Amino acid sequence: MAEAERPKRVMIRRHTVVTRITHWLNVLAISLLLMSGLQIFNAHPALYWGAKSTFADPWVSMTRQDVAGEPRGVTKVGDLKFDTTGVLGLSGEPGMQETRGFPSWATIPSYRSLTDGRHWHFFFAWLFVINGFVYLAWGLIGGHLRRDLLPTGAQLKPRHILHEIITHAQLKFPKGDEARAYNVIQKFTYLAVILVLLPAMVATGLSMSPGFNAAAPWLIDVFGGRQSARTIHFIAANLIVLFIIVHVVLVLISGVWNNLRSMITGRYAIEVEGGR
Amino acid sequence: MDPYPSRRRWLGVAGATLGGLWLSACDKLTNNPKFTAGLQRAEGLTQRVQRAITDRKALAREFTAADISPDFKANGTLSPPDEPYLALLAGNFADYRVEVDGLVETPLALTLAEVRAQPARTQITRHDCVEGWSSIGKWKGARLGPLLDRAKLKPNARFIVFHCADTLEQTLDGTGQYYESIDLIDAYHPQTILAYEMNDATLMVAHGAPLRLRVERQLGYKQAKYIMRIEAVESLADLGRGKGGFWEDRGYEWYAGI
Repeated sequence: MAEAERPKRVMIRRHTVVTRITHWLNVLAISLLLMSGLQIFNAHPALYWGAKSTFADPWVSMTRQDVAGEPRGVTKVGDLKFDTTGVLGLSGEPGMQETRGFPSWATIPSYRSLTDGRHWHFFFAWLFVINGFVYLAWGLIGGHLRRDLLPTGAQLKPRHILHEIITHAQLKFPKGDEARAYNVIQKFTYLAVILVLLPAMVATGLSMSPGFNAAAPWLIDVFGGRQSARTIHFIAANLIVLFIIVHVVLVLISGVWNNLRSMITGRYAIEVEGGR
Repeated sequence: MDPYPSRRRWLGVAGATLGGLWLSACDKLTNNPKFTAGLQRAEGLTQRVQRAITDRKALAREFTAADISPDFKANGTLSPPDEPYLALLAGNFADYRVEVDGLVETPLALTLAEVRAQPARTQITRHDCVEGWSSIGKWKGARLGPLLDRAKLKPNARFIVFHCADTLEQTLDGTGQYYESIDLIDAYHPQTILAYEMNDATLMVAHGAPLRLRVERQLGYKQAKYIMRIEAVESLADLGRGKGGFWEDRGYEWYAGI
């Protein structure tokens, strides 16, 4: 192949310094919030709907039960029951198995301590909230949300969306000028996480606070009571984990070093046809 | 078929190693008192912000009789093992006197009948345990504010301490005795009561007979049961291990609004 026909690599500025700093602070805060959150969950590994707990009939529970004389970890979701020995309900080294909701490798600290879990959780909750405010304020004032995350008119045409879904499913990633901006599925996903999922996490978290309930009684009604708020907090955390898994897999297979560099230095390489 | 079996194994080992390092680093940090003290600074921020956005007299949500939990969970001490308490219980609390002392002009020692003659309030509220569960119950009790006015707080009184009958942990220095404390904002809150009735019946032993505190804008461990003595103090430093309560001495937040 002749030299001149090869696509030319050009570096573009992809992420601003505010996006990069708030992104990595969020990685730290969300990891610690998630794992300390599971520690707090383990203090009462059951979920309910409504204002109060219905102890005899939880919606979700993780318990230790004896099946044919042998201890098993049993997870109940609605009317379904699963044997989750080793992970949920009962986990640990053979012979030293412990009755606990989530296993020690998923919680901070690894051993059982509600008080330490709460200290980690509420400290990093403040970091998460302040970081989120900085990002949103800058995103609104500086135009990042409108310019980079709001889908364009052309992107919202059904044919284009269908085309994007098909190429995504084939794991074909945009190249050249198309790679300069986020595609429409990325934009929808990021907007849903930034504007719905993460704020819902904060709102349901605050709804569990009896002090905050007295200050803003309307908020807890939005979620249908304190135990519902706790359940939605848990579901939203699971959705964040799902997002992180898909996000990390896509980062890995769509050019991991290029992606990582762009989130560290801001510079992202794209290939432009017949450059010079 | 995995074309890169060794690479995949390498990734697995690297992932497990990083995860292990991360976890043990978090455990190490948790066991470092200076680090934990740093984390706990968030409690002060939470308290100041919640107090700033909440009206002093803002009420906790009150529910209807239909919302009352049939299975209100009793937690902590369910039946105090302490001899003096057992003696009072055997006499159906006829010899019980709740003392109000410390930084007050007129120390009091009231019988249950005298407590019941105090200005009372009835409320159906939600009890939120620090563990995560909630139960709804109906409480009737003497309002703490008028009781403190009757004893006349001295100007330097800043906290109200509740000394309880139950020993929750056996210790050599007596710091296993349950106690709790609140500041004057919560002490004078209209919903702060010394409850002697729950769900229209005399308060049961498991729920704190003969008197339990209801301080509705905070978590369950602040709702001290088996109250024997109410003391007005200027500082919490000389009580228990100095943090203002049994659970506070064991790492929990003194301000349990979240």
